[in-house]
Amino acid sequence: MRKSILRAVAAILILAAAGIWLAAGANRGWSKTSVPVKRTDEVTGITVDDYQKRFVPGIDFLGAALLGSGILAGASLLFRTKQPES
Amino acid sequence: MTIKLHLLLALACLSSVALAAPESFDFKDPKGVNNATFKLDAPLEALSGNATGIAGTVTFDPAAPAATTGKIVVASSSMHVGNPMQQQHMLSDKWMDAAKFPDISFEVKELKNVKTSGDATTADVTGTFTLKGISKEVTAPVKFTYLKDKLSQRVPNQKGDLLVIRSTFNIKRSDFGIMPGQMEEKVSDTIELTLSIAGSSPR
Repeated sequence: MRKSILRAVAAILILAAAGIWLAAGANRGWSKTSVPVKRTDEVTGITVDDYQKRFVPGIDFLGAALLGSGILAGASLLFRTKQPES
Repeated sequence: MTIKLHLLLALACLSSVALAAPESFDFKDPKGVNNATFKLDAPLEALSGNATGIAGTVTFDPAAPAATTGKIVVASSSMHVGNPMQQQHMLSDKWMDAAKFPDISFEVKELKNVKTSGDATTADVTGTFTLKGISKEVTAPVKFTYLKDKLSQRVPNQKGDLLVIRSTFNIKRSDFGIMPGQMEEKVSDTIELTLSIAGSSPR
């Protein structure tokens, strides 16, 4: 029973992380907590990146989820499956 | 009559001299668009960001742009990248040491290859670039755009002129004591810098 629960949690974790990563734009770089938004001054023509607070998961986020999922799946192997009584 | 004519001529000469006089432009920007961007190549993703804490003054004469002088200062603490861990490392004592070296500056020494077309002037500017307490002579291409009487369009009820300065050049972080010879497989030694700033000269 515990074995199944751990494996299910591991699967949910990796699927949820992948879903969040894809929904946020599948950023192949590092995770960011602020993103640049361009603003141009009409008189001078100068463009500046204003950083706005927003979390964008990157591959380190996917990696952490994969690691967590692997640990959970690995831990599930520590539990023995009950053998049917003969 | 002759005296009046001479006075008028003298006034006309004085006003033309005043118009051609060098102007001092202040680069503290109330609109917050002045920025310096930096980019370093890295295997997964280039490390890039900007700094908006810009100050300094430049004296520019549209009639004699080769005589331009001035100094631009960027606050190290205003440097920003999107990843919080990279941000922390960048400002730490191992990299920028922003607490000990709060300013990055460029002071103009001379301009060469000066070419003016309309309100735009291009040149190669040589000056003293100071980063992390180390000063080196650097030459960079620069473009000045002189916008006469445009200050009122940015700052209402304020008459004056604007000067836009743009420049892109490369430096090596190892030349300025930023982790010299270290972590070059993770972050390139070359830093691409782009300056886009506007200064105002109120009248």
